[in-house]
Amino acid sequence: MAGPAHHRLSRRRLLGGGAALGAVGLGAAGLGASLRDTSPLTTTGGDTVPFFGEHQAGIATSPQSHCAFVTFDLAPHAGRSTLAGLLRSWTQDASRLAAGTPALGDTEPELAALPARLTVTIGLGAGTFTAIGAERQLPTWAGPLPRFSVDRLEPAWSGGDLLLQVCADDAVTVAHAVRTLSKSVRSLASVHSVQRGFRRSRGSEPVGTTMRNLMGQVDGTVNADSAGPEFAEQVWCSDPAYPWLVGGTSLVVRRIRMELDTWDELGRTARELTVGRRIHDGSPLTGTTETDTPDFAATDRFGISVIPPSAHIARAQPAHPQERFFRRGYNYDDPPDAGLIFTAYQANIATQFTPVQQRLADFDALNAWTTPIGSAVFLLPPGCRPGEYLGQPLLEGL
Amino acid sequence: MRKSRWAAAAAVAAVVLSACSSATPAPTQAAGIVVSDPWIKAADSGMTAAFAVLENTGGGEARLVSVASPASTLMEIHEITTTADGNATMRPKDGGVTIAGHSSHLLEPGGDHLMLMELTEPITTGTEVEFTLTFADGSTTEFTAPARDFVGNNEEYQPGHGSEPAPMDGASAAGHAHSHGS
Repeated sequence: MAGPAHHRLSRRRLLGGGAALGAVGLGAAGLGASLRDTSPLTTTGGDTVPFFGEHQAGIATSPQSHCAFVTFDLAPHAGRSTLAGLLRSWTQDASRLAAGTPALGDTEPELAALPARLTVTIGLGAGTFTAIGAERQLPTWAGPLPRFSVDRLEPAWSGGDLLLQVCADDAVTVAHAVRTLSKSVRSLASVHSVQRGFRRSRGSEPVGTTMRNLMGQVDGTVNADSAGPEFAEQVWCSDPAYPWLVGGTSLVVRRIRMELDTWDELGRTARELTVGRRIHDGSPLTGTTETDTPDFAATDRFGISVIPPSAHIARAQPAHPQERFFRRGYNYDDPPDAGLIFTAYQANIATQFTPVQQRLADFDALNAWTTPIGSAVFLLPPGCRPGEYLGQPLLEGL
Repeated sequence: MRKSRWAAAAAVAAVVLSACSSATPAPTQAAGIVVSDPWIKAADSGMTAAFAVLENTGGGEARLVSVASPASTLMEIHEITTTADGNATMRPKDGGVTIAGHSSHLLEPGGDHLMLMELTEPITTGTEVEFTLTFADGSTTEFTAPARDFVGNNEEYQPGHGSEPAPMDGASAAGHAHSHGS
């Protein structure tokens, strides 16, 4: 019922505005100005997200408007002490930046003044475990993903020994944090790739609205409430075999190029049958609102499935309850390409993510218009307290 | 009339104060110093510099006269000055750094800084280096500075009278930055 409720709200809001204007008794000029500026802008650049805590920020955090996924290659000489120093530096400087305090040696401290809900999330790739001789601490379920038939992976967008996921509601804040955190450790790690992405600007729509990708689809409807128990079970690692990772998670980042020129050739009905959801509100073809559970068994009067078995949501449907993960994606638009920086956070890649991705690779009507061109896996250590650094239990033992 | 009364009152207060301070041991200059945001520029060998904010929470003046660290066989307190030809150079700061009571002094790239003249071993990014600051009254305070890669603070070195360290090699500083780039 989101649609009708929304309409009612709009009408009421409009009536309220008209009543206020009537009371003041303004003329046409006043009316025009008022309708253009329905609500005053609020400055939010000073808003902060706590850096320290049980879990790293930037995962359960309500998605900010801008992101950069920055991957790094460790220097050839890097070992355990190198990595400890690097993670200590990043923890110190990221926690400062998140609070709106310049990093140590920050050459542009003025750019640090507006954190705009900055989060910096650190990830460790397989190469890091090799570099520090801790291969046995790399979970068995976090090895390289299978080769999917749809993949056209480019080395530039794939792999990486380390990841910084930098998110904020302000693109200048993101750029400054990326530059500062990269250059202050340049002797230890060099930038492998930077994927910049964006969502709707903060304040454009209510918090919690499911994002739209650049194909126009409502993307990410089936996501657990990040404050609820389902999210915690899905996302946070609790495997006692890897004590250093308890409270952490894993991240699969895939760069999905969208073939928008050929997607443009499709009409709305074809687009909706491809995905299994309506474009205008994201509702499943068998439902009326975005959050309605799709009925994959429903057929029309000719006995044909309402949601085609080849549709994206039909193929992505979990075959087992554990085949769920948390998505927090961003659009990218870097000519000549545009697409989605797909992100999946889960406690176990092999049981939660891979079966779903395998089904989609085997067949998904959407595959004709999407091409994975990048893929990487990272382990995101749990959060830490002031004075500690992220990943410390891995490097120094528990 | 009024003025002289004030002067007299001030004189009395001064006597009382000095009486107080002689009765109880005067706090040292170092005791009032709070060091924050310390960091040091990583370097493989030769020279490098350390920076921090020195806050003097005490009421009296504090004068930093020397600095030492196990990371360097020799250290100097430097200032950046502009020569007649307009170039910025660094040189030992005569008399050290004076910090008035209830004020802060910034040690920063392009300004006053703590110079490590001869490193005993490479200072790697992310490691921490210990320092001891000595003040004019002989009191000391210690702090630890984490290392960061940094390409600034490359001003030419102009040795002070009597000291004879090699001039800072701008080429090697650039080379250092270069070898760490990308």
